[in-house]
Amino acid sequence: MDTQYPKTIDEAVSALSDGATPLAGGTDLMVEVNFGHRRPDHVVALRRVDELAEWDGSTIGAGVTWRRIELEGPKALAEAARTVGSPQIRNAGTIGGNVATASPAGDGLPFLAAVDASIEVRSATGSRSIQWDEFFLGVKKTALEADELVTGVDLPEDLPERQAFGKVGVRNAMVIATVCCVVTRELDGLTRVALGSVAPTPMRARQSEEMISAVARPSESDLAEFARLVAAEVSPITDHRSTAEYRRHAAGVLARRLLGRCLR
Amino acid sequence: MTTRTERRVGRTGGLIGDSPLRPDGIPKLKGEFEYAQDLTAAEMLWGATLRSPYAHARIVSIDLAPALAVGGVHAVLTADDVPGRGTFGLEQPDQPVLAGDYVNYWGEPVVVVAAEDQDTARRAAAAVVVEYEVLEPLVDPEEADRRDETFRRMKIRRGDQDITGDVIVDGYYEVGMQDQAPLGTEAGLAIPDGHGGVDLYATSQFVHVDHEQVVASLGLTSDQVRSHPTGIGGAFGAREDVNLHIHLCLLALHTSKPVKMVYHRSESFTGHVHRHPARMWYRHHADMDGNLLRVEAKVLVDGGAYASTTGAVLANACYFAVGPYRCDSVTVDGVGTRTNNPPCGAMRGFGAVQVCFAHETQMDRLAAALDMDSLDLRRRNALATGDAIPTTGQIIETPLPMTEVIDSLVAMPMPDATISDSPLSLPGGTGLTTEPTDVSRGVGYALGIKNLGFSEGFDDYAQARVRLTAEGATVETAAIEVGQGLVTVLAQIARSALGVSRATVRNVDTSMIDSAGSTSASRQTQLSGGATLEASTRLRARILHAYNGDDLDDDGVWSEGRLVTPMAEITEGSWEETATFRHPATTEPDENGQGVIHADFAVAGHRAVVDVDPELGLVRVVRVDTAQDVGKALNPQSVRGQIEGGIMQGVGLAIMEELIVEDGIIRNPNFTDYLLPTILDAPEVEALLIEKEGSWGPYGAKGVGEPPIISSAAAVAAAIRDATGRPIDRIPVRPQDIALL
Repeated sequence: MDTQYPKTIDEAVSALSDGATPLAGGTDLMVEVNFGHRRPDHVVALRRVDELAEWDGSTIGAGVTWRRIELEGPKALAEAARTVGSPQIRNAGTIGGNVATASPAGDGLPFLAAVDASIEVRSATGSRSIQWDEFFLGVKKTALEADELVTGVDLPEDLPERQAFGKVGVRNAMVIATVCCVVTRELDGLTRVALGSVAPTPMRARQSEEMISAVARPSESDLAEFARLVAAEVSPITDHRSTAEYRRHAAGVLARRLLGRCLR
Repeated sequence: MTTRTERRVGRTGGLIGDSPLRPDGIPKLKGEFEYAQDLTAAEMLWGATLRSPYAHARIVSIDLAPALAVGGVHAVLTADDVPGRGTFGLEQPDQPVLAGDYVNYWGEPVVVVAAEDQDTARRAAAAVVVEYEVLEPLVDPEEADRRDETFRRMKIRRGDQDITGDVIVDGYYEVGMQDQAPLGTEAGLAIPDGHGGVDLYATSQFVHVDHEQVVASLGLTSDQVRSHPTGIGGAFGAREDVNLHIHLCLLALHTSKPVKMVYHRSESFTGHVHRHPARMWYRHHADMDGNLLRVEAKVLVDGGAYASTTGAVLANACYFAVGPYRCDSVTVDGVGTRTNNPPCGAMRGFGAVQVCFAHETQMDRLAAALDMDSLDLRRRNALATGDAIPTTGQIIETPLPMTEVIDSLVAMPMPDATISDSPLSLPGGTGLTTEPTDVSRGVGYALGIKNLGFSEGFDDYAQARVRLTAEGATVETAAIEVGQGLVTVLAQIARSALGVSRATVRNVDTSMIDSAGSTSASRQTQLSGGATLEASTRLRARILHAYNGDDLDDDGVWSEGRLVTPMAEITEGSWEETATFRHPATTEPDENGQGVIHADFAVAGHRAVVDVDPELGLVRVVRVDTAQDVGKALNPQSVRGQIEGGIMQGVGLAIMEELIVEDGIIRNPNFTDYLLPTILDAPEVEALLIEKEGSWGPYGAKGVGEPPIISSAAAVAAAIRDATGRPIDRIPVRPQDIALL
């Protein structure tokens, strides 16, 4: 296995144009290598690319680690960061890796969906910014071309002050999400609900958003209706981690509770 | 000048009842301890295993050429290359060393490879082309029962078979497939001796029984193979069976080079046996006062594709099907099925864990039906010394402080009733799912009983040798230290019995000493400890006799308070004693399952306090308190270590640890999805050790390794039932079991 150690994004993307595999924290890639699912011949190690670890206002560099986001990120993203793996994983794993891997269970992705983030990507021939819902295309499928590198995520300048994250798992730490959710609410009632692990990609529950955004002071029965709508909007599967029925139920309960936190 | 009394005080920290530092503790913490994974030898090759991708298939052909074509490959071996017996097994040799015509479970070894490095070996194994004719797997154990695909059936009939109670409670219970999940995966190194024999260093709980099986399959004589104890990172039953042992020796003898193997994590999950999943049908009868009149049970454990210890696990499950209660009318039918599921065998608790969940749930339901306090019901029926074991009729002759366990448990302080408002202490933990107002608290109790040592007429013994030299006492043994602290406690026994302050434990191979038996069944402190005590006692008597003394210590032999022979002079001679310790003999069961089946028993009780988020079905175990019958705590800190670890494993079984098997295939053979409790899932634990001497173990000690897991899982399940009102008739309890019912 041949490894390159670029210092700049330009060097990194020129290496990628030769068909190399990017390596950031390695918390996804090395698992795949260890399982024998991948055997990359050429690896571009990104840790030395300082530009990628920059966090410039609303643009978070792809190389920023979960540990740093846990300490410095916006509230709901920091809460999500705390649930990523163990301390060792959070010290190594990056937000860019979470985005590029595009697991349906990616802990950081519902936040990006909730705030309508864009994904910044670059290749040797140019750069582009892709809206999150045009970037995540399916289970571990993205709009990223083979020669493109995720360089960062671009958040809106003004984030809703009221935001909450929650993740349901069978263990109290270090667990793949059965369901995870972010709810944000503006003072005018505009509410956004994003969920993970309940569809092939992170998703927004737009009908639920529409319903609850129109209610200035939701009653208990409004909250119950909201939970019912969220549960109806998700499209989870049954696998070895949980059942579709439970995921649907938990999605509604979790969204309702997070909205309750935003309303307090 | 110091007095003798003061010198004796200065010797604390290493005698019976002390908790000295473990000799391997600091090296393990510093990463300096040599585990089997760390073994190395000059010119060593690496082995790898090709495993079946199907739960059941016929092998049509195997093409080794693509593997042999990989550079750096030294050997590619199949079933045809096994020179001796083609099969192995603990109860019956029914498991192929390498699959021949058929594969019978997913992950069954088919080909082994030796190559110059691990990656090459794995790639070469993957390059082998095996053509399979895929067959329909038998995966439903009840269907296997109907087809009489079984390893053993058990029938227990005791007392009146027609009596019925005023109150009758029926139940059906399931226990999922737990894995031992030891942190150290299977690993070993085989070194050819240049004369046709081989030295094997591999993860094990019982090197002498490995040795018998290795010798048989290699077609060698016993003295041509030496099985050496080595550094083990956990076992819990997973290391009783042969896995890579014969493969390593085959490859080493074939290549004339040392060969090493280390299973990766996923391979470990298929490379060792698991806890038997169980299905249990129960009917309890009682009179209106709560006296148990009759217990009827059917117990099904699925053994998977090969026998391993299924017969003994099934028998144990049946023998302890009633739990620690008096009952004169008992009917138990048991079956250990043969399917194409992963083979199951020994795991801590060995059958008693599964039935404990069922009988304790039954006792709670019976108490509810009688409108009686569940602890009063248990106390009323609790077994005591002199009673008959309800299933086998065996009279209990050693102390069995069941009532003291219950009373102690009730007297232990309860945690603060306030639900924590710290997110990390709530159900859901870091996921921030739950607030105190979402939480319902529950409390549950469970009691358990299990045999100590091997049963049913097995000649269960351990040999140990004690030497005295200028360096102090050395205990030589083939007993395996798997992390439990045997190396500490045997030295404590030698110091106490011999009278010298320096003692170390040295593991020796199968050519140097007779068997110590298995590090399992909670037996090594009692058996190898018993042999150490006997050898030390005899050695001391011989030395005192030789020098006409009445006491021995580090200074030498004393007589009437005067030093008569200094130690330096004594150790000029050669002093050693070898002792073989046997526990009281047991018998095989008669046709009704009756007899003196077990050597001894231990009991424990657990009280679990849980916080449950019923709407999401999430659980946080707040606290598990326990009282345990230990006989005599030879090393209290090690006893507590066993208790805390066993409770964690019980918590895991209660709420998260399960191998998910679909159509014979394990869906979660990794630590991403086979969930072990983290520190955020760990309850506070308070343990009360109940010491009642009178057992045959050294100084009255009983085995302590298994009781901590037997009733802890059942107690957690009971607490969840108390918090939620849900039936909870299956463990592990899944969120959907709580939230959606």
